[in-house]
Amino acid sequence: MIWNWIIEPLQYSFMQRALVVAVVVGAICAVVGSYLMVQRLALLGDAISHSLLPGVATAYIFHVSIFLGALIAGLLSTVIINGIKNFSKIKEDAAMGIVFSSFFALGIILITVVQKENKIDLNHFLFGNILGVSTGDVRDTIVVGLVVLLTVILFYKELLFYTFDRLGAEAAGLPVIWLDTGLMILVGLTIVASLKAVGVILVLSLLITPPATAYLLVNRLHQVMWVGMIVGVISSITGMYLSYYFNLPSGPAIVLVAAGFFSLSFLFSPSQGIVSGYLKLKSRVNI
Amino acid sequence: MEEKENAIRVENLTVSYHDAYVLKHVCLTVLPGRLTGIIGPNGAGKSTLLKAMLGLVPSNFGATVWRGKLLSRCREHVAYVPQKSQIDWTYPTTVWDVVMMGRVKKTGWFRPFSHVSRQKARIALEQVGMLDYINRPIGQLSGGQQQRVFLARALVQEADIFFFDEPFTGVDYNTEKIIFDIFKQLAVQGKFVLVVNHDLGDSINNFDHLILLNKTVIAQGEIQAVFTEENLVKTYGGKINFLPHKNFLAEGRSNDLELDNRALTI
Repeated sequence: MIWNWIIEPLQYSFMQRALVVAVVVGAICAVVGSYLMVQRLALLGDAISHSLLPGVATAYIFHVSIFLGALIAGLLSTVIINGIKNFSKIKEDAAMGIVFSSFFALGIILITVVQKENKIDLNHFLFGNILGVSTGDVRDTIVVGLVVLLTVILFYKELLFYTFDRLGAEAAGLPVIWLDTGLMILVGLTIVASLKAVGVILVLSLLITPPATAYLLVNRLHQVMWVGMIVGVISSITGMYLSYYFNLPSGPAIVLVAAGFFSLSFLFSPSQGIVSGYLKLKSRVNI
Repeated sequence: MEEKENAIRVENLTVSYHDAYVLKHVCLTVLPGRLTGIIGPNGAGKSTLLKAMLGLVPSNFGATVWRGKLLSRCREHVAYVPQKSQIDWTYPTTVWDVVMMGRVKKTGWFRPFSHVSRQKARIALEQVGMLDYINRPIGQLSGGQQQRVFLARALVQEADIFFFDEPFTGVDYNTEKIIFDIFKQLAVQGKFVLVVNHDLGDSINNFDHLILLNKTVIAQGEIQAVFTEENLVKTYGGKINFLPHKNFLAEGRSNDLELDNRALTI
């Protein structure tokens, strides 16, 4: 019965494509998002995703890779932020606020202007449309997924040292500027790969919620990544099915499932949960 | 190598932040085989001095030279333990992970940690008395245990130069003794051991050399020569409302007095 419920939609090729994207995006967002969370850079993920939008839109207009467009937009926004910071008394956070929101606005205008003739939909950029991914999208997502996971595996020990103790790592001779840049490129790649699934506004959820859920359950970074990956993948797949059966927008459906997992972890985590903590206290009092 | 040639020399190091000097024309000589303490009031630039020597903060001018090279180019010979407050103790990591970070640079890119590295980490943890805590998340350690773990991380780096920023903040007496014992062992092995210290109590006697710093070097040298009332007044400012009683400095400083900023300023 439930088996049919799961298997039946997979006879459609658009559902097969969606499933692949859901798995890859759920996994890489959790891995990359773990680094953002432990560095307290969660909101930077949000800011970056907003600033990439004009690059993605321009790439559509000129029919080039959206990854190229996003990379250029990301670099450009970084250069402008540093320019404002260095040549005026505006501080970095204010400069980021100005630049990222302007880029986002520019992106929305570009997409609105070109959406009719290119048959694209602004809403899909903002909130995702996992049921509408093309074969090309699947291929790109898999390539990005492999690049991201391989990079994290290869540089795991250096990235752990750097994200835990930047000064100590720099003093030990690690090239922290390159590690930082590399990590930001991974974040950018992951966000672009996730656009189809959850969109620029909601991608923050897949980056942060699964690692945060895992963080309440386990104690080491690679464990946070593994548990986060499981939570992220299950959230993406569940959200995809909810979207299919109840005709819900896919991005918000995925996000709410992830939020549900976080709530469970928040309440019932054996070591950190609110409810489990209360029960422990109560049993101790009873004794 | 001749001791003088092997020394770390700081020449004219000047650091400013928002038009205010943090360090002004600091000139120093740090010798190997000595336990050297840096003391001075809050805001004297002690931490900044360590970071500027390693090139971790930009300096306006001046240089730190060791064996004819800038010290910031010899970082593979350096182990630096930052101030406790600079570490995020809620980071999802364990004692073992932190100590193994000390082997990252030696291991090199794209390689897993070797058996030898693991063995060295175990020995270092044994040395600081933390071998039983290998799987403990760092957030569940006491202040003293946290410092000992970072000391173990510095040890496995097998460095020649050790910089410690306030390693005695929030540690118990037992830990303080363990840490000083290891510092002394390192000094005996001919390493450079440079320690920013806040406490002017009994423990100050463990140091061989002292650097008295308040934005600029007030005095440096053998502890007997520089740990004088006159130098302390100069370092901690003129607003002293009490001083170590007369015999304190002369009689081997066996007083339990703690000089810190709060005690010294009105």
